[in-house]
Amino acid sequence: MTKSLPQAGRVIPAPENVLPSEAMLSRRNALKTLVGGSVGLAAGSALAATDPGLGIAPWAKVLGKPVAADAYGMPSQFEKNIVRRESPGLTRTSQSSVAFTPLQNLFGIITPNGLHFERHHGGRAEVDPYQHRLMVHGLVREAKVFTMEDLLRLPSVSRIHFIECGANTGMNWANVAVPTVQYSHGMLSCSEWTGVLLSTVLDAVGIDRKQAKFILAEGADAAGLTRTVPIEMALDDVMLAYGQNGEMLRAEQGYPLRLLVPGVQGVSSVKWLQRIEVGDKPWHTREETLHYSDLMPDGLSRQFTGIQECKSVITSPSGGQKLLDKGYYQISGFAWSGRGAIKRVDVSTDGGRNWRTAELQTPVLTKALTRFRADFIWDGSPTLLQSRAMDDTGYVQPKIRQLREVRGTRSIYHNNAIQTWLLDANGEVHNVEV
Amino acid sequence: MWKSELAAAILLTLAVGSVHAKDYGIGRPATPGEIAAWDTDVRPDGLGLPKGKGSAAEGEPLYEAQCASCHGSFGESNDYMAIAGGVGTLKSDAPLRTVGSKLDYATTLWDYIQRAMPFTAPKSLTADQTYAITAYVLHLSNIVPLDAVLDQNTLPQVKMPNREGFTLKHGLGSVKGKPDVQNTACMKDCEKTVKVRSELPADFTASMYGDLSQDFRSIATMSKVSTTPTKPAAAVAASPAKLSAQYACSACHGIANKVVGPGMREIAAKYKGHADAEAKLLAKLAAGGAGAWGSVPMPPQAHVPEADRKTLIQWILAGAPD
Ligand code: HEC
Ligand code: HEC
Repeated sequence: MTKSLPQAGRVIPAPENVLPSEAMLSRRNALKTLVGGSVGLAAGSALAATDPGLGIAPWAKVLGKPVAADAYGMPSQFEKNIVRRESPGLTRTSQSSVAFTPLQNLFGIITPNGLHFERHHGGRAEVDPYQHRLMVHGLVREAKVFTMEDLLRLPSVSRIHFIECGANTGMNWANVAVPTVQYSHGMLSCSEWTGVLLSTVLDAVGIDRKQAKFILAEGADAAGLTRTVPIEMALDDVMLAYGQNGEMLRAEQGYPLRLLVPGVQGVSSVKWLQRIEVGDKPWHTREETLHYSDLMPDGLSRQFTGIQECKSVITSPSGGQKLLDKGYYQISGFAWSGRGAIKRVDVSTDGGRNWRTAELQTPVLTKALTRFRADFIWDGSPTLLQSRAMDDTGYVQPKIRQLREVRGTRSIYHNNAIQTWLLDANGEVHNVEV
Repeated sequence: MWKSELAAAILLTLAVGSVHAKDYGIGRPATPGEIAAWDTDVRPDGLGLPKGKGSAAEGEPLYEAQCASCHGSFGESNDYMAIAGGVGTLKSDAPLRTVGSKLDYATTLWDYIQRAMPFTAPKSLTADQTYAITAYVLHLSNIVPLDAVLDQNTLPQVKMPNREGFTLKHGLGSVKGKPDVQNTACMKDCEKTVKVRSELPADFTASMYGDLSQDFRSIATMSKVSTTPTKPAAAVAASPAKLSAQYACSACHGIANKVVGPGMREIAAKYKGHADAEAKLLAKLAAGGAGAWGSVPMPPQAHVPEADRKTLIQWILAGAPD
């Protein structure tokens, strides 16, 4: 279908694109002849001169499909390559694995439900909501069992929060290891979650506020994943979420019920949640000792390192993209902090020598992705792109060198370093470290 | 049940003029039997461990039958996860994190095996079997002797090598914690020199990830991106060094030095005198995987014809001669 459209590049190239090399060449030559080699902001209008004109498109001459042709709508057929991906060779089984969100393809701050990153430890459970129960017990006045219907009746909240895996960007600790932002930062997504505050339910069962120090959350999946959450967090903004962007959770996100611990590494947001136990000591489960604990150079592991500190990344232009030509582009990306809201994002086009402040797009919410953008005119020379976020505690996103000085390179988790993309003279963008 | 609770809620409403702030009269009481059936978690102090017992010796055949296929007879496998060994390596440049080397409490191992293993049949082991297998897995890291019997009382007393290996001294435990790394919001002349210190080897991306143009939206070019992943050039002659280039082994392995994976000669040195090295590396090459040299995995190389794989491994083990 695209074949019947005029071929000449009438559109000012969006940064997210790739052109076969012959097309690229002829385009460059065309530009040279037209504007004597000086291309820049004039490129769009110069090209318009070669445009053969707009015909009547085939879809304008036939009746379209009826409403509800797709009872549950899907993305356009031209968006088929906008998908989650596993990183080749990263894990040994696809049941205990990760599918990364294609951050390079997203707009705004909300991750479409079908693109939310997936991380399971024992495969994706298919849970029947009619049979699913949540038990809340331990240091409470009365242990209770809730059906999904019970939970849907309780007072609800809807909040926009990111979820980031503690190991996101972990592959870059020692050196750059992956080519695109999907693999380097794609264990990150952001949704509007709807559910009941955990405090509402804990109060309903009469939590013993004096003795309670921790809760244990347990999933109903094959892994029976368990995590300890400190009580201050549990009673603050932790949710029992059943809604995701206006519909029920996707199975990949724990349908019909998950814990949501805002600002904290994703593993704590236990999916397929079936049990909350209130206790006075942490449980030291596998996912808070063997894994999700950060090994330091002295051989000690930092335990219960939940908070996802302030971080940002440019998603366009980003690794694997190819810019068509010199001229205007928009730098755009995400910033977020597990400690609060984003206050400022700066961008650099010279590898961190000099910085300028980017624009934050609204809404700017606490523990949510924030979209930033900045104008950028590419002069065709190699350019090192970086972003650096600051949150409302005043904390500034660190350089990888600064992180390594304290934490070495073996910790796997919590790499929130400034990301560098090298835009080379051919317009190709690469993951590099400076 | 439902009706009486609703009635109670209505009574409450009448009594205080609004729904009681704490109890909505929603949900039903959990029975002691239900709690006992679900509350299977185990804490370091042993709380939650059921009755039962098992010895490492009893665990050995169970482990061989139900676990060894994935974790290896000695727990050494890196095809799935190694679950033994590495004790004392956590400070080194190549830490091997296993239940033996990293766990601080043996109770965690019991809890995890009971809820999640065997991988394809979780929650199928009895308490006795779990005690026995736990004992055997600990034995594989020389933490308990083969005749050790574990039960409710003895398991929490097992002293793990890394008992003192965890710290809570960091700022990442609470939203108010103090960050350990500080940057400044410098705006001008912030760096004296800017140098690219690390980048991906040229062929790495194509060999491992295929055609990246597929990962991007191509609207602006108005031309569909190609669907055929880039393929390495066809073989001219089958000299091992050429094969190594053709299949992009050399993109990740230097002759002498590490690139993404270890240097060819480093591999030869490591396996020198190991009779089973060729078979082992052939299997690893086909399956890919991490753990022998670090946490970065090698992608499976099963697309390389078997004969060429053999040539390459023999060449590598011979020290990659020119
Ligand atoms: C089919 C393959 C398979 C079998 C069989 C299997 N496991 Fe596993 N095991 C795995 C996988 C995969 C993981 C990692 C799961 C994850 O990522 O969460 C794992 C993880 C583990 C771990 C945690 C290791 C760590 O470092 O986190 C232990 C302990 C373990 N298995 C013990 C056992 C025992 C004991 C048995 C036999 C009763 C067993 N496994 C059978 C595949 C298997
Ligand atoms: C994308 C990068 C990459 C490519 C391509 C690659 N390797 Fe590897 N290779 C690695 C990494 C990383 C390791 C280390 C894995 C580990 O730590 O277990 C490795 C390990 C090895 C080992 C040692 C395995 C062990 O268990 O000690 C051999 C032998 C080997 N590679 C051969 C090859 C050959 C032959 C090819 C080409 C057919 C090849 N590799 C292609 C990355 C790669």
